[in-house]
Amino acid sequence: MPEIKVTPLGAGQDVGRSCILVSIGGKNIMLDCGMHMGHNDERRFPDFSYIADGSLTEHLDCVIISHFHLDHCGALPFMTEMVGYSGPIYMTYPTKAIAPILLEDMRKVAVERKGESSTSFFTSQMVKECMKKVTAVNLHQTVQVDSEIEIKAYYAGHVLGAAMFHVRVGDQSVVYTGDYNMTPDRHLGAAWIDKCCPDLLITESTYATTIRDSKRCRERDILKKVHECVERGGKVLIPVFALGRAQELCILLESYWERTNLKVPVYFSLGLTEKANNYYKMFITWTNQKIKKTFVERNMFEFKHIKPFDKSYMENPGPMVVFASPGMLHAGLSLNIFKRWAPDEKNMLIMPGYCVVGTVGHKVLNGAKKVEFENPRTVVDVRMAVEYMSFSAHADAKGIMQLIQYCQPKNVMLVHGDAEKMVFLKSKIQQELSLDCFNPANGETCTIVTKPTIAADVSLSLLKRDLQPVAEIGDLRVKRRKLLHGVLMVKGNKVRVLDSDAACAELGVTRHEIRFTSTVTLEDPGPVSRTIDKLHTHLQKRLGITQHLGDGPINIGSVLLQVSGSDQEDLKEAIVSWTYQDDALGSYILNSIKNIDR
Amino acid sequence: MKFYALSGHPNKPCSVLRFKQCTIMLDCGLDETTMLNFLPLPLVPSRRLASLPTWTPKEQPQVEGELRECAGKVFIDSPPEFCPPQTSLIDFSEVDAILVSNYTSMLALPFIVAERGFRGTVYATEPTLHIGRLCMDELLYHMEQTPRAQHAQHWKRLLHLLPAPLCHAYKPKLWRQLYSADAIADAVRRVHTVGYGEKMDVFGALRVMPSSSGYCLGSANWTISSEYEKIVYVNGSSTLTTHPKQLEQAQLRGARVLILNGLTQVPSYNPDDMIGAFCAKVAHTLKGGGNVLVPCCPSGIVYDLIECLAPYLDQQSLSQVPLFFVSPVAEHSLAYSNILAEWLSHNKQVRVYLPEEPFPHGQLVAGGRLRPYKNLQADGFSAEFRQPCVVFAGHPSLRFGDTVHFMELWGGNAANAVIFTSPDFPYLECLAPYQPLAMNYYFTPIDTSLYFSQANKLIRDLKPQALLTPAQYASPVQRSECQLEADCPVLTYRRGDVLTLPVRRAHQRLQLSAELSERLSPVPVGPGVAAATVTGLLHVQDNRHRLDVAPTPASEAASLQELTEARPRYHTYGAVHVPELLQRLTQHDINDAKVEEGPNGVIVHLQEEDTLIQIDASSTHIICGGDETLRCKLRDTLLHCLNKF
Repeated sequence: MPEIKVTPLGAGQDVGRSCILVSIGGKNIMLDCGMHMGHNDERRFPDFSYIADGSLTEHLDCVIISHFHLDHCGALPFMTEMVGYSGPIYMTYPTKAIAPILLEDMRKVAVERKGESSTSFFTSQMVKECMKKVTAVNLHQTVQVDSEIEIKAYYAGHVLGAAMFHVRVGDQSVVYTGDYNMTPDRHLGAAWIDKCCPDLLITESTYATTIRDSKRCRERDILKKVHECVERGGKVLIPVFALGRAQELCILLESYWERTNLKVPVYFSLGLTEKANNYYKMFITWTNQKIKKTFVERNMFEFKHIKPFDKSYMENPGPMVVFASPGMLHAGLSLNIFKRWAPDEKNMLIMPGYCVVGTVGHKVLNGAKKVEFENPRTVVDVRMAVEYMSFSAHADAKGIMQLIQYCQPKNVMLVHGDAEKMVFLKSKIQQELSLDCFNPANGETCTIVTKPTIAADVSLSLLKRDLQPVAEIGDLRVKRRKLLHGVLMVKGNKVRVLDSDAACAELGVTRHEIRFTSTVTLEDPGPVSRTIDKLHTHLQKRLGITQHLGDGPINIGSVLLQVSGSDQEDLKEAIVSWTYQDDALGSYILNSIKNIDR
Repeated sequence: MKFYALSGHPNKPCSVLRFKQCTIMLDCGLDETTMLNFLPLPLVPSRRLASLPTWTPKEQPQVEGELRECAGKVFIDSPPEFCPPQTSLIDFSEVDAILVSNYTSMLALPFIVAERGFRGTVYATEPTLHIGRLCMDELLYHMEQTPRAQHAQHWKRLLHLLPAPLCHAYKPKLWRQLYSADAIADAVRRVHTVGYGEKMDVFGALRVMPSSSGYCLGSANWTISSEYEKIVYVNGSSTLTTHPKQLEQAQLRGARVLILNGLTQVPSYNPDDMIGAFCAKVAHTLKGGGNVLVPCCPSGIVYDLIECLAPYLDQQSLSQVPLFFVSPVAEHSLAYSNILAEWLSHNKQVRVYLPEEPFPHGQLVAGGRLRPYKNLQADGFSAEFRQPCVVFAGHPSLRFGDTVHFMELWGGNAANAVIFTSPDFPYLECLAPYQPLAMNYYFTPIDTSLYFSQANKLIRDLKPQALLTPAQYASPVQRSECQLEADCPVLTYRRGDVLTLPVRRAHQRLQLSAELSERLSPVPVGPGVAAATVTGLLHVQDNRHRLDVAPTPASEAASLQELTEARPRYHTYGAVHVPELLQRLTQHDINDAKVEEGPNGVIVHLQEEDTLIQIDASSTHIICGGDETLRCKLRDTLLHCLNKF
């Protein structure tokens, strides 16, 4: 039985460091190549030695990156330049444009601010070299990786350029969702996939147990909290990744400030912002319909109220709202601001996204009142209000179920989520959709057995013959079911279905015909023609034949029925003759006339 | 497979392909050259045009006022009309899909979609849709700027009395006025946008896929294929490197039929030379204190012209000269071109990753060098307008739009110049209603489409089994460089032709279900060949054929239908090995078999059972009594002694 083997090197019952190996149809494919934000040691990168001791290029047929978030692409330069991989890498156009910016930014934070030795980390040049190996793909474009692997990207909505990938090898296929969002937001559309019926759907499950309330409520909520905080003179810190959620929140705040005429300053940490907005401008075809339609008149990514942030503003008195990266408070500016503002209870921290285990963001969200830091060794008291806003654009349980129904997979695998939450969703999928569901841990291999089907070329003449809805037997019109009878011929990798004669001719063999003739003695005095009539009437009752045949033999299909003897004798011989091809019918008729008197 | 040619213009094609019960329209180009028979429509009443003498054929007073004469040529004084694709050949309600190759070949779309009962899907790339829409909007806008109450009709009945070239006009009764805004909106609604390499399914029977053709933003060649047959439709391709993504050839190889349209319209002009000549003529005119009018379409070559001209003028110390881009869609066109990175050439795409805008015109606009205006009445235009200047404006035919105004304004001054870059219209005919003209005119046509020599090379590379082209490309015209050559058979068409293409179907793909596949175990029959008898229930859904396990008939309630359809599991072939048969019979306690020579083989006589088995080289006949148990035993024994699959 053919099978698909899946091993998560990261994101197995976990969030962060997404990296999933798939073996399908003899091909090895890596889905995402992320890094873990919660670790500073070798655990931050996937364990590439698991794949092969020798060259990765020899072992892997291609790498697919779903979107630009570092937990999905952060280990790519490490893998291609330091471990060594020179095979094909695929990502969408916006991902190819934005990923190197984030990689470079993360590299700077790691090497320059955290003082990591530069030998263990990749360099700027490596990021550039790595990106040169990337092939950009468009949505719905069918890309032929080699003669057997075919990939196709679908819109995933999560961030600009995020995509789900359909990977097909022969008649086996897998869909990998990356991160996706099933509800459109202020700047992106909703994920969409067609009914592609893959053998396996590998879906993220970040919000496996959450059913999020309506988008409008969440928006009203966050705006109310921000407004209250700045009114009492507090400072609001919103840690975000420079690209993605940040743009949506900016659009939201911008319009709120416009409407309520608030004068409190809103800042966005400089650097990436301007560039980021440029990318959004140029890849506007990847945003949602509304933004696309209006972009000539008014560019949604040019903000009136949101100003660039300068480090010195941190000390400014009075209320303000600051968007700062990175989003999980694990390093950089957002962490610096946090350290400065955390002790004041007037202030507020809004975490608009998911934080992986080990980050400051995760600790604070879990109610930590003190956070310890190393070099220099300090302890920060957290008195500021901490709010979690489920704003990251992941599908919730309802959304995940919806996607499964869209794409109609034969099996489902959950990754990129917490283990306990997966258990809940897994049973839901098994019960409600009756599908096999897997959730392997990192390093654990799942084997999915697929049923092979055969694709054959059938000659049109055979199809036409066997598809004719009505066949005539004698004068009788029988409605035929669409039963196809032929010979399957396998020659090399060519499979064909031919009719028997054509098959024998091509095989160069002579058919061996088998014919049976059985004779039954019946006691039936009177003329022979009456016996024939009697037999005919009998078969008519049993089989529903209508035609009266007179004196001659009875033909039913290829079965011939004759009566011999003379009109004067009591005993008559009924002779039934048929070919092996019509064995069922011949045998039935024979038995039927044997039992004529019963 | 049938092919219907609805257009005779090789660069504005419209044809229909019928195959596997699908009807697919290839492009819907609009022949705009009919416009040249009409007088220009000025934005402000022109005394010169109004005072042109009328022309009336003898004793035909009803044509009075419809025709006017200018410099010895007769024009129709009416809003221009267009020649839409032929409607008589095909019922448009049967069209399942329209494949659009580029925005220059879709302007007739609103005419087609407005046809009664049309319910097909239009496939086009995103840039084709956007820019095509801009072009249609511009046409309509220009037309609405200069409304006319009267449309000349009478002249169409008196064609034979009119002077050349009017009397040669192709079926003017079919000519139509431009469509409405609603018709454009309807047409746009029908479009399903696709990307390069995206395979679209047409009723499960065919797959259609666009691939880059290198001609303009989003331009595509189409592959129409089933599992066995492949037709390639090439229209407007370019192997030059300008701004669009490069021509992709891999998908176009090995077609049964290659349909080739849209080759260069100006084979003796090299586009690179022409763009140099264009810049030189502009600079020359500006230095002489004159203004330059560049009639153009709102997208396409105009991007390259601006990109080349701006730095050229800088070198010539003419950087203070403003470039005006006057079109109702100028701003949209410039903005869109900068957001379509995926559709651009490699060099332009790389800029996006920096991130910088792929085209320099964003910078030129920001710096005030290039000034897009909706029209001449737009805010700020009169204040900003200063001479000398360069104006890019539509329509290139000089029959309506802002070009008409500039021709009237600048035509009388020999310092000014009009430079034609569009290959779509013969420039002398464009100028005819403005004669006599003092201003200079130059013709530097830039057509990046394939040359005939490039097309011939392409045909050699793609190796189609047959080539189908407009008759113009295959007829022995004046020069050999304007002729197509191919090793394969060449078919040609003219407007109105219906052709049967040399594609005959022989096979269909059949998917055997997993359950059925599992039950089959092919037996080797000869070297490298295996065979198995297969019987299955055929399902046809969405034109896909699937074979499933046939239900086993219940033996008791057997119907005639089930019985006649039932087939044994094997086909038998070859000869019976008689000694083996006898040996196997003994295993069933049949020991009295007597073998006799028969007429063509042997006869095995089972005396006790009163049974004869006649065995020939290719047949066996078992003649026995009514004992089914015995017969089945003999049958199965015989099957053991035969080759079968």
